[in-house]
Amino acid sequence: MSAPARKLERGRVGEAVRRADGIPKTTGEFAYASDLQAAGMLWGHTVRSPHAHARVGEIDISEAVTMPGVHAVLTHADVPGTKLYGLEYADQPVLAFDRVRYYGEPVALVAAEHPEQARRAAEKVRVEYEPLEPVVDMERALEQDELHPDRPTHEPDHYRDDPRANVVRSILIRHGDPDTEGDVVVTGEYELGIQDQAFLGPESGLAVPDGDGGVDIYVATQWLHVDRAQVAPCLDLPPEQVRIHLAGVGGAFGGREDLSMQIHGALLALHTNRPVKIVYTREESFVGHVHRHPARIRMEHRANRDGKLVCVHARVLLDGGAYASSSTAVVTNASSFACGPYAVANALVDATVVYTNNPPCGAMRGFGAVQVCFAHEAQMDKLAAALELDPVELRLRNALAPGDVMPNGQKVTGSLPVADVIRRCAELTVPEPEPLPRDSLRLPGGSGNVTRGEGVKRGVGFALGFKNLCYSHGFDDYCAARVRLFAGADGALAAEVHCAAAEVGQGVVGVITQVARTELELDDVTLAPGTTSTVDSAGSASASRMTWMVSGAVAEACRAARGELGARGGTLAPGEEIDVEKVYRHPQTWPLDPETGQVTGERAHVAFICSAMRAVVEVDTDLGLTRAVWIGTAQDVGRAVNPQAVLGQIEGGTAQGLGLALMEEIQTRDGLITNASFTDYLIPTTLDMPPVDAVLVEEPEPDAPYGAKGVGEPPTVVATAAVAAALRDATGRDLTRVPVRPDDLIGL
Amino acid sequence: MDVLTPRTLDEALRLRAETADAWPIQGGTDVMVELNFDRARPRVVLNLNEVAELRGFARENGTLRLGAGLTYTECRRELGETLPALAEAARTVGSPQIQNRGTIGGNLGTASPAGDALPPLLVEEAEVELAGPAGRRTLPLEEFLVGPKQNALAEDELIVAVHVRPSGARQTFMKVGPRNAMVIAVASLALAVDRERGEIRAAYGSAGPVPRLVRAPLDEADGFPDRVAEAASPIDDVRGTAAYRRHALRVLTARALERCAA
Repeated sequence: MSAPARKLERGRVGEAVRRADGIPKTTGEFAYASDLQAAGMLWGHTVRSPHAHARVGEIDISEAVTMPGVHAVLTHADVPGTKLYGLEYADQPVLAFDRVRYYGEPVALVAAEHPEQARRAAEKVRVEYEPLEPVVDMERALEQDELHPDRPTHEPDHYRDDPRANVVRSILIRHGDPDTEGDVVVTGEYELGIQDQAFLGPESGLAVPDGDGGVDIYVATQWLHVDRAQVAPCLDLPPEQVRIHLAGVGGAFGGREDLSMQIHGALLALHTNRPVKIVYTREESFVGHVHRHPARIRMEHRANRDGKLVCVHARVLLDGGAYASSSTAVVTNASSFACGPYAVANALVDATVVYTNNPPCGAMRGFGAVQVCFAHEAQMDKLAAALELDPVELRLRNALAPGDVMPNGQKVTGSLPVADVIRRCAELTVPEPEPLPRDSLRLPGGSGNVTRGEGVKRGVGFALGFKNLCYSHGFDDYCAARVRLFAGADGALAAEVHCAAAEVGQGVVGVITQVARTELELDDVTLAPGTTSTVDSAGSASASRMTWMVSGAVAEACRAARGELGARGGTLAPGEEIDVEKVYRHPQTWPLDPETGQVTGERAHVAFICSAMRAVVEVDTDLGLTRAVWIGTAQDVGRAVNPQAVLGQIEGGTAQGLGLALMEEIQTRDGLITNASFTDYLIPTTLDMPPVDAVLVEEPEPDAPYGAKGVGEPPTVVATAAVAAALRDATGRDLTRVPVRPDDLIGL
Repeated sequence: MDVLTPRTLDEALRLRAETADAWPIQGGTDVMVELNFDRARPRVVLNLNEVAELRGFARENGTLRLGAGLTYTECRRELGETLPALAEAARTVGSPQIQNRGTIGGNLGTASPAGDALPPLLVEEAEVELAGPAGRRTLPLEEFLVGPKQNALAEDELIVAVHVRPSGARQTFMKVGPRNAMVIAVASLALAVDRERGEIRAAYGSAGPVPRLVRAPLDEADGFPDRVAEAASPIDDVRGTAAYRRHALRVLTARALERCAA
C-alpha cells in the first residue's frame, strides 16, 4: 500500500487504528446475534413455502399446537397491524395470505421450548397450496399475468408510469441526441447470475416483551431505525414501544437491509410473553434475505476514430424477484452508472426491474453499479480492440471529470479523480510469471492437483468503475449522534458517544471513536451500544455512506459539546455533564423527472467514488479452471480516515467481486433454489484470492467531513469486470456471462 | 438422540447388532452435515471414535491394513511413499480441519460417487474388511460400492479396515472443482501405470453412480483417455454438466498418463 505515512497518535482521524473487534472475532470470543440468550427463552421457527408460486388456502395449525413444547403457532391472522411491509414500497406480507410468491416465503411461525421441538411442530402446520405457474424469466415477465395487485409504477408522482406487466420500476434517460452516429460501433449482450451476500452469521435475533405491551428486539441488522419504522405498524404499536438494539453482526453486504426475523420474533414474544430467539439455518439463510439482482444487459457504444465516445445505448433488465425490496433504487443506480465513468454527450439508457417468482433481490454491495460495470467495461475493451487502441489509453481519453454532465443531467462537482485512478493503477508493476515447476496450490485447480503447467495461459485485464456515495434522488438522508461529556471522580474529562450506526464488519465503530477523539481532543472516549432508544437514526450501513455521515454527525455533536464546555469555563465538576445530540445532513439531492429521466435539481447523487483495477489470472485452458494471480488497484478514497481499515475494505470488496466473476451464483429451477448451502454456493477461499496491491488516491471531497469518502463498494463494482477481462485475455473468448463457468472458458 | 460410545471393537459390534437403527459415526464430516441440515434424525448414533482397533494403519506381510478410523491427515503425512495417489487425494479433501476429522472408513460408509479416497483405493485394488455377528468377511472395493451412497454393508456389520497390497506403480490423483480448495469433486481421477503387470488402471469419481475402475494393457495408452471418458456415465447437476465431466476425464487421463510415464 502506498498511502502517505502519517504520524501515529492516539486513534485520531487519518491514523491506522487497529479494530477493537479484530481479536475477539478472530479468537471466537465475539458475541454474535446467534449467541444471544435470555432467561425463559423460547425458540422461534418459520414455516416456509415449498412453492415458488401458489395460492394459499386453509392453514391448519391444530396438530402443530399440540406438539411437545409448543407455546404458539401464528399465521397472518395473528398479525395485529398492517399485513404488508417493505423498505421502499410495502408489498411483502409479514406472513403469507392468499398467495406465496417465492420459494421459502414465510407462511407461519412456531415458538417452542427447544429449537428441535419448534422444527418438528412446524412440519405439522398443514397449508393448503394450489400451485400456480411460476413467472421465472425476467423478459417474459413483462407479458405474463401480474404477480401483485399493485406496484410502484401505479404511483406516477414518484415513478414513471409503465403499462407493461410486472414492472416494479423503469427509468428511461434520453441524453443529448441518441441518434448520433460514430465512426466505430460495438455491441454486446451480457448476463449476470444471482449473487448472494453469503455473510457467515445467519439471520438471528432475540425479541423480549417488556411487560407493558412493548418489545425490545436485539438483532443483527444494517439500520436500526428503519427496522423500527417497518416493525411497529405491523405490531400495531407506536414506535417508542418497539426498541431495536444492535446485536453482533456477522457480515451484511446489503443482505440485512430488509427485515428477516424482526416482526416474526416480536409477534411470538408478545403472544407468549416470553423472550423468543430465532436463528436461521444456513439453508434458510439463503431464502431469508434478498440477493444481488441478476441482469440481462445490451449495450451499443459509438465512438470516433480518435477514440472519443459519442453515443452509448444501454438496455438493462433486472430481475427483482417476488417483492420490491430496494429494487426501485437499484434500477435507478443501474441507469445512472450504465455508461460508466466516461464523458459521453449522447445516450439512451433504458433500465427496468421486474417482479418474478424468483428469489427476491435487493441491496448488495455495489447496488446496481456492479451489473452495468461488467457490461460497460467489456464494451470498452471491445471498442479498444476495434479502434486498435490501448484499453487504458481509451479509458483515459474518455475519463469523466468534474464539470462533465452525466446522462441523467447531473453536472459532476466535487472530487472525482477518474483519470488519476486510471494512471495510478496502470503504473503498478505487474508481477512476472512464476517459473515452473510449482506446487499445485499455486496453479489453476489448486489443491485438486490437476496441472503441472499443462494448458495454463496467463491473462491480464483492466477495468474502471464508479458509483455514488450516500442516498440519492431527494431522499432525506441524515445521521444523528449524541455526545455525553462528563468528569470522572478525579475530575478528568471523558466522553460517551451514542450513534445508531450499524457495525457490520466495515469498521464504523472505529471511525466514530477516531472522529470523537479528534474533535474532543480527548483519549477517554467510549461508544455506547447501538439502539433506537437513546439516539435518533444514523441511517443505513450501506451506499458507502457511513464514514461520511457519522463523521459529520459525531463531529457536529462533539463541537457543540466543546462549545458548551467552553461556555462553562472549560472544566466540569465531578457528576456534571454535557449531553448534546446533533443531526447531520449531506447536501441535498433531487429526484429524476419520471418522464425524461433528467435530474430535477442540482444533483441526483451527492458525490461519487471511482476505482481502477488490473487483474492477472492464469487459466487452465483445457479444464477451464482459474487461479487469480495478482490484483493491482487504485481507489479514490477522498481521505483515508483509517488507512488500515480502507485496505481491509478493498481486499474484502475485491474478493466479493472476484467471487461473482468466478463462482458465486444462486442457481434456481422453476424458482426453487437448488444450491442453498456453502457446499454448493461457493465463495473464494484464500487459495482463490490473490494478493492485492492497493494505492489510495487521496483527493479530499469538498462536501464531506474531513474530505473522506466511503470505500466499501468500489472494489466490488470493478473487480468482477477486471477479472472477467483477464479471463478474456487468457482464453480469447467473449465470456459475456458471469459467473464464468469452466465450460465457458473452454468453449464447451 | 442417544450416543453410544464403545471402547472396543467387540463392544462396538455387539451394540451394532443390538441396535439395528444406529448410525455409525467416525469423524462425523458427513453425518454431522446430515444432522445439521435436519435431513436425518437417527434415534441412536454409534460413536466409533474411541475404538482403538479402528485407528491408524499397519503393515502385514507386504499388505497395508488401513484402519477405518484412519484420517486424511494421516494418509497425507504417512502414506505418501506407499500409496501416493491416496495421499494426494487426502490433500484435496476439504480444509485441514476436515482432513483431521474425516476418515477412510467414513468415506466408504457414505459411499458417495464423489468420495475422494475411493478412486485411489480402486486403482490399488483395495479390499474392504467388514465385521458382524457372523464374523469377518472381505470384499473387493468394486463389489462393496453398489450404488450412489449405497454399499454392501449389512445392517449388523461395521467397516473395520481396508487392505491394500501397494502395487509400487507410478500413480496420481487429480480432482476438478470450480474453486481451488474445499470443493466437492466435479470429476476426479486416480490413475496407475503398473509396468509389472503390464496394465494401466484408472478410476473416476463424480462421473457416474459409483466410482469405477477402468483397465487397459500398457500398449493401449493412446486410446485410454477416450476409454475412461466413455466408461463414465455422468449427469448434469448444480456442480457441473455431464459434457464437462466427460471432457475433464479425458484431459485428466491424458495428463495422468504423462505424469506416470516418466
